[in-house]
Amino acid sequence: MKSNLHMYVMAAPLLTAFLVNAWGRSNRKIIAPMVLGALALSTLLAIIVLKQTLGSGSLSYTVGAWTPPWGIELLVDPLSALMLLLISAVSFIATFAAVPCVKRDLEDRQHIFFTLYLILIAGLMGLVLTADAFNLYVMLEITSITTYGLIALGRGRAPLSSFNYIIMGSVGASFYLLGVGYLYLLTGTLNLADIARYLPALQGSAAMATALAFILVGLWIKMAFFPLHGWLPRAYSDAPDGAGVLIAPLMTKVTIYLMVRLMLTFQSPEFLLMSMDVRTLVIWVAAIGIICASSLALAQRNLKQMLTYIIIAEVGYMVGGAWLANDQGLTGALLHIVNDALMTLCLFLAAVAISYRTGGLGFDRLKGLYRRMPWTMAFFTVGAFSMIGIPPTCGFFSKWYLLLGGIEAGQWEFVVALIFSSLVNAVLFFRIIELAYFSRPEEGASSEHLPLERQEAPWSMLTPLAVTAGLLIVVGLGTGPLVDNVIRLMIPVAF
Amino acid sequence: MEGIVAEIMAKYNYWIYVVLMMIGFYAMIGKRNLVKKLLGMNIFQTSIILFFVSTGAKKGGSIPILDKQAALQGAVDVNLVVNPLPHVLMLTAIVVGVSVTGVALAVMLRIYRKYGTLEEDEILHKIETE
Repeated sequence: MKSNLHMYVMAAPLLTAFLVNAWGRSNRKIIAPMVLGALALSTLLAIIVLKQTLGSGSLSYTVGAWTPPWGIELLVDPLSALMLLLISAVSFIATFAAVPCVKRDLEDRQHIFFTLYLILIAGLMGLVLTADAFNLYVMLEITSITTYGLIALGRGRAPLSSFNYIIMGSVGASFYLLGVGYLYLLTGTLNLADIARYLPALQGSAAMATALAFILVGLWIKMAFFPLHGWLPRAYSDAPDGAGVLIAPLMTKVTIYLMVRLMLTFQSPEFLLMSMDVRTLVIWVAAIGIICASSLALAQRNLKQMLTYIIIAEVGYMVGGAWLANDQGLTGALLHIVNDALMTLCLFLAAVAISYRTGGLGFDRLKGLYRRMPWTMAFFTVGAFSMIGIPPTCGFFSKWYLLLGGIEAGQWEFVVALIFSSLVNAVLFFRIIELAYFSRPEEGASSEHLPLERQEAPWSMLTPLAVTAGLLIVVGLGTGPLVDNVIRLMIPVAF
Repeated sequence: MEGIVAEIMAKYNYWIYVVLMMIGFYAMIGKRNLVKKLLGMNIFQTSIILFFVSTGAKKGGSIPILDKQAALQGAVDVNLVVNPLPHVLMLTAIVVGVSVTGVALAVMLRIYRKYGTLEEDEILHKIETE
């Protein structure tokens, strides 16, 4: 069905970005209402789009009236509508916490920050919407360039971390572009659905395998799939707090969604992209990645850095789940994209609220936090339980699907890695809960900036945190309808 | 030996693209100076531009500006016209590359103001001793 409703979802943040840049310079007070207004509009429209796609299938918009396969098509089906809703809702919630952080950290550069912030959101939405391989590259670079800028606004060694990310990110994007070039040579088209029509005839050709290998490695660098994850921990932990709450939940997840989307578009039960050996290899790498990243998380002495290694481990969950290529594994991977975005958002919001009050996230600063910030820590605990996978939080259900998928496919190394990582997560988070609940800050030098009286995070940070923690449980309880009505629709029956 | 040379000469543009790509890759991974890393990145991107542009080129092909009448009557021989699409794609890719380079240069400027050097080892040393 032709429609341009989903274009407005993306246009709202994009156009507001320019208005924020133009007006926000002289009048700082209007920045936050404008950003929040645009994102609220996006979220509302995304809900309507999701409802429409569930009723009438996919909506399509042809840019500039150049009909596909020649022109660029922006396509939204139930799954991309779900991602669109996820992006707009997560960014809307994250903005409430970002505003006070940015006000404190980047007093006179707020309009610049929020311009980049909104363009990043629009870019992420574009990634989800586009049905054109080259347009996807452009959107990928729009999100990356804005992220480089946002990270470089941080303090300390942030510029160096951002530079390393630029180098790695550009290699990833270039590999992707190269892969698209080979696909174009082979099929003569850039429309994803159109490419998928020609691919089965090329089965077994070395050029197609090269093309797909380049595309996959490019995306893996962008999503920080172990062993290509080197840039992520420093980049995400050095980013300003206001940017971290947006980038950490969304960037890697949207890239993983792209990989799953390409896999679902290109392959059919009669035509699988890679041979069994390659699949097994990828799942092994994912399993090793999960174990290594979880172990590295154990070695961290800073909450935010610990969370970045958990993100890398979670990337392994989703990549491995998608490559299991059975019904349960794909369901688990797609469900985990939604759940992991919400869990990461919850934990990062809590981390930002803690560092807003204590000025840092080293483990020694977490002592006695349950007394100082009881609500923040309560919601943090919900997020932590979800990360470990304790029902009824949503983290349990997607992990359950992933485990079932691993068992069904007989990939025991993946099952072992998932269980190992859950245990490590339990150790990690109970260590923090123990520190924050039972330990008292030591007497002496450190106690002057850690008074024991209650000092809760400001309302603007606590409310989004409470909403996210609530969402973790609501999504967890609503797993059944979510899987049956949205995610299962997109997975070919024969898997 | 002659066979290999003939093979390379027949597709020399693709060989140049591979060689350029490896040079760029080496500079990005092997060099410790941030400017050299950035230059390596630019060479890497340029090699991909060369790859795309050569895919559109044809021996004896002319510029793709067609006579409307001839095009409508199907009288245009596609083998005599260069494929413009890869070139257009590369215009966009060049814009993307320039933007990334611009951001990287700006970030580098901040690094230099902060640490007074662009050698990665010296910067890391300064961070550790801080």
